Amino acid sequence: MAQDTRHTHESSTKRIWSVFLILSLITLAEVILGIIKPEILTQTYFISLKLINWIFIVLTLVKAYYIVWAFMHMEGETKGLRRAVVWTSAFLVIYLLFILLTEGDYVHEVMQRGPVAWDF
Amino acid sequence: MEATVDRTGTEGKTWGGGNQPLRVSYGKLMMWFFILSDALTFSGFLAAYGFARYKFSNTWPIADEVFNHFPFMHGVDAPMYYVALMTFILIFSSVTMVLAVDAGHQMKKSKVTLYLLLTIIGGLIFLGSQAWEWKNFIQGTYGAIETKGGNVLQVVNSEGEQVALGDFVVAVPKERVMHERSNGLWFVDEPTLPNYTMDDVMAGFIANPELQIRTQQLTETGEKVILPRAASLAKLQNEGIGVIEGANLKKNEYGNPLFADFFFFITGFHGFHVLTGVLINIIIFFNVLIGTYERRGNYEMVEKVGLYWHFVDLVWVFVFTFFYLV
Repeated sequence: MAQDTRHTHESSTKRIWSVFLILSLITLAEVILGIIKPEILTQTYFISLKLINWIFIVLTLVKAYYIVWAFMHMEGETKGLRRAVVWTSAFLVIYLLFILLTEGDYVHEVMQRGPVAWDF
Repeated sequence: MEATVDRTGTEGKTWGGGNQPLRVSYGKLMMWFFILSDALTFSGFLAAYGFARYKFSNTWPIADEVFNHFPFMHGVDAPMYYVALMTFILIFSSVTMVLAVDAGHQMKKSKVTLYLLLTIIGGLIFLGSQAWEWKNFIQGTYGAIETKGGNVLQVVNSEGEQVALGDFVVAVPKERVMHERSNGLWFVDEPTLPNYTMDDVMAGFIANPELQIRTQQLTETGEKVILPRAASLAKLQNEGIGVIEGANLKKNEYGNPLFADFFFFITGFHGFHVLTGVLINIIIFFNVLIGTYERRGNYEMVEKVGLYWHFVDLVWVFVFTFFYLV
């Protein structure tokens, strides 16, 4: 059962700093990966996206989780509020991304095969 | 007078009224819903960016080459170091904000004051960094040649490193003067003329036999195609129509103009959020100073503003990934 956040008075400083450490380490890992760009990761594809990009996206989602759960204190809210915010946004964003990226890929194909020259 | 009470049969149940099913105050709930709608706006922008990127997936600019500046390290190739630093600054200002909220729960006024001040300073540093990033992008680094088809040709040396136009082009004295309102029809003027004309670039390119042309096209391994010397000359002669220095909403020396458009629009919209966040933080900071929340008995206002500030940080995490990393 979720607790009422307005009446908790104990300090959670320790948790805040540990989350900061996690976020910093993830960012550092992303930057190092982005600079080195190991060939195994840039040349392997998974669902038509480079493996390295999947890693970036997953790490970003992990960071988002920590920011929303720890900093915005979503972990202390009721289940109803959590679902109202997270499920709504997750559903709409995935839907929009699916449509736009599929369409973008299709337009790309058409521009490659079509009778119109784009570089003249 | 007696009050009429309607019996609905839901008294005492979760949605029967008189209680808070989500157990948050009105203000916090509305802040969460505002954040949700704002998150969808940003998702729309980033999804549109994804559309453009998939559409031009074989010609898109490489972000590492565009954003490779670092203060006081002129001419050093430093891909992403600066945005990584900006990300740290924003995450750290998020930490000080959550510390302020935490101190507010314990009614420690002096601690809330200190942490809010640190948050404001972090936000201001971030805004300044973004302005600097924009300045570099708008001014450009190397300059490029525009083609008839609206594409961009960059100049590289035999090692494949980009060469700035200023390093090999000598501007010859010319008759062409920029037309201003002051020396002609008052309602007619034109954009700033580039430092070099196409003829200057041609002459400089012919005089330096080690130079080659790099097109926007990407190879299978994600590198830009470099044309051999003869093909480079032919390409310049047949297709080059002008010089582009820097980037704006219509032209972009780094490649596709859409890259610049989305960069200005998304980071600009995010920067506007940071700016309003800093302004709201400043208002709250002074309210804390004069003891408004001490008298009110709770620091919930700091918590609500904190939610907004963390959201700004959250958006930056995504912008960082999709603009600079992926």
